[in-house]
Amino acid sequence: MQMSKIVRLSADIMYPFVVIFGLYVIMHGHITPGGGFQGGAVVATGAALVIVAYAFHDVKAMIPKILLYLQESGGLLLFIGAGLAGMLLGFPFFFNWLANSGSLFGTPIVPLGPNPGELNTGGFLPLMNIAVGIEVWGGLTLVILYMISGVGKEEY
Amino acid sequence: MIPQFLWDHAPAMTVAVPLLAAFLCPLIGKFTATGRKAWVLAAAAATSALALFTAWRVYTMGTWVYVFGATVPNLSVPPDSGGIPIRIIFEVDAMSALMLVIVAIVGFSVILYSLSADGKRSGLEGYYTLFLLLIASIVGMVSTGDLFNFFVFFEISGLASAALVAYRVEAGRAVEAGLKYFVVSTLAGIFMLFVIAILYGQYNALNIAMLASRMQFTMLDKIALVLIIGALATKAGSVPMHFWTPDAYALAPSSVTALLVVASQASLYGLFRLIFTLYNLSLNAATVGWVLIILGVLSMFVGVTMAIPQKDVKRLMAYHAISQTGYMLLGVGTGLAVLGNVAMLDAFGRMAMEGGIFHIINHAIYKGLLFLTAGAIIYRVGTRDMNRMGGLGHRMKWTMIFFMIGALAIAGIPPFNGFASKLMIYESVYLFNPVLAIIAMVVSILTLASFVKVFHSIFMGPQLPEYEHVEEAPTAMLWGMGILAALVILFGLFPQQVVDSLITPAANALLDQSGYLASILGGA
Repeated sequence: MQMSKIVRLSADIMYPFVVIFGLYVIMHGHITPGGGFQGGAVVATGAALVIVAYAFHDVKAMIPKILLYLQESGGLLLFIGAGLAGMLLGFPFFFNWLANSGSLFGTPIVPLGPNPGELNTGGFLPLMNIAVGIEVWGGLTLVILYMISGVGKEEY
Repeated sequence: MIPQFLWDHAPAMTVAVPLLAAFLCPLIGKFTATGRKAWVLAAAAATSALALFTAWRVYTMGTWVYVFGATVPNLSVPPDSGGIPIRIIFEVDAMSALMLVIVAIVGFSVILYSLSADGKRSGLEGYYTLFLLLIASIVGMVSTGDLFNFFVFFEISGLASAALVAYRVEAGRAVEAGLKYFVVSTLAGIFMLFVIAILYGQYNALNIAMLASRMQFTMLDKIALVLIIGALATKAGSVPMHFWTPDAYALAPSSVTALLVVASQASLYGLFRLIFTLYNLSLNAATVGWVLIILGVLSMFVGVTMAIPQKDVKRLMAYHAISQTGYMLLGVGTGLAVLGNVAMLDAFGRMAMEGGIFHIINHAIYKGLLFLTAGAIIYRVGTRDMNRMGGLGHRMKWTMIFFMIGALAIAGIPPFNGFASKLMIYESVYLFNPVLAIIAMVVSILTLASFVKVFHSIFMGPQLPEYEHVEEAPTAMLWGMGILAALVILFGLFPQQVVDSLITPAANALLDQSGYLASILGGA
């Protein structure tokens, strides 16, 4: 059952902000409070918001379930792949092979003294956060879908 | 022959391979069911091979320390850390290696069995993901040298097992058992987290070796010890915290039950590891030893007496599993009770511990075998009620032989492996306290009586008309059971070799606290 026009319109307006805020938490997980799990959960609430505002039956077709499954597996694979990559480079499992590398997320020298902040120093930690974010986004949305698909059924 | 890569990284690979395989499992299953089967089997074989390789290297070359995320795998104390071990550290000593051998043997056999037994059910991509996660978590629990890391794997094993127990809904009963297990294991997990908080708050460390070297045994540490015993004995299924065991073991799919036995024993390993390595002589060994002995005797006796009236074959076996856990607690508890006394330790304490530890591996093998045979019977007959079975020996000959081997082993009849470890426990415990040894023997006799009854009601008698067309279990299931049955006989025929090569080093590793500390902290 749909909710009122006001609720639906508010949900429409809020949806992109919720998703972008969630992605922000994921991307900055290594330097600000939060991280992959929290950000992924925020993004998944975006899906919950839409499902609550509109009727589940109308929304169901819009949500690509296969993509969510892929996110669930893909996120975990990216996570463990990042750990294994360190091993392939000749270091132990989960070695931070991107830190101080000068490439992506690996700014080697952090200036001393007051400065606006050097963000790209986490090495592969942002990668881990992104992986967890993708996984939680997919997994939690699936959990919401499964739980809501049981609502209104008589027998259990 | 063995690539250098494995020489460097095998302990981490033993956890990483099942994890990677678990995460890929749903993706592969989306495209091809046969491919998923092959993938799961290959992953289980690779995990077992890695675990056996790790164990072999530990037995031949001593404790193996592996530091995650360091520049060099064995750099446990970096030069700029001021003598404090940092990062997650795996420390595989002989006791851990023994547990790895158990996981390798039972893990591979149950996967082989499960691919055939559960192959036609729905929801398999999640099932095998959880299965491999459970194996990975057990490997992690027994390998880790870090208290918080132990907690993480402990929780993974609790979540994965609860979901696996509830996998067959069975009109809600399996879900109820799964929920019960979930609540109990989460409660145990909270206890462990509280323990970690207490110890971290006092000693600023999470590494077990570091904590042990700073151990003061204050009042708070005593509280932590009580919580450790409470939490881990609960997960191991010891009386009076055993109430989740019959439900969970009986209603889980049989291959899962066999692995749950190993998961319970990984908790038992955690209990022994923390008592012997973290506390060792700082605690009052006689008191804590007697606590373990009393838990053990209660488990033995209550378990077997509750088993006798059961009609559900797997529920009966679950109560026997509780009873057998009691033997391990009795053996190792006796060793702990005389820990400070070198003369008594050498006279019988060491042997009691070896008996208890030997019983861990024997129990995992024959109990796994028994649960798998029960699963094969239920698979073919479709009921778990023993009163409705009968005369199955005419049609399921191999299953009957395997059941017989398992039943005689659990009852402690020579020449099967249960006899070897029970004899060691009887002999050594008799020197400590004759009453305990007599109770242990009586429990063994009751076990035999119970299994004679079970054997008779399932396999003996005339062929029943409704089971006229029952067939032998599928070949893959028979192979899974056969591996375990062969090991039951092998361990029973050559107990001395097994004890010398596997068990004695494990017991020594458990007793040798300074050795464990030295391999992390250096010659400190």
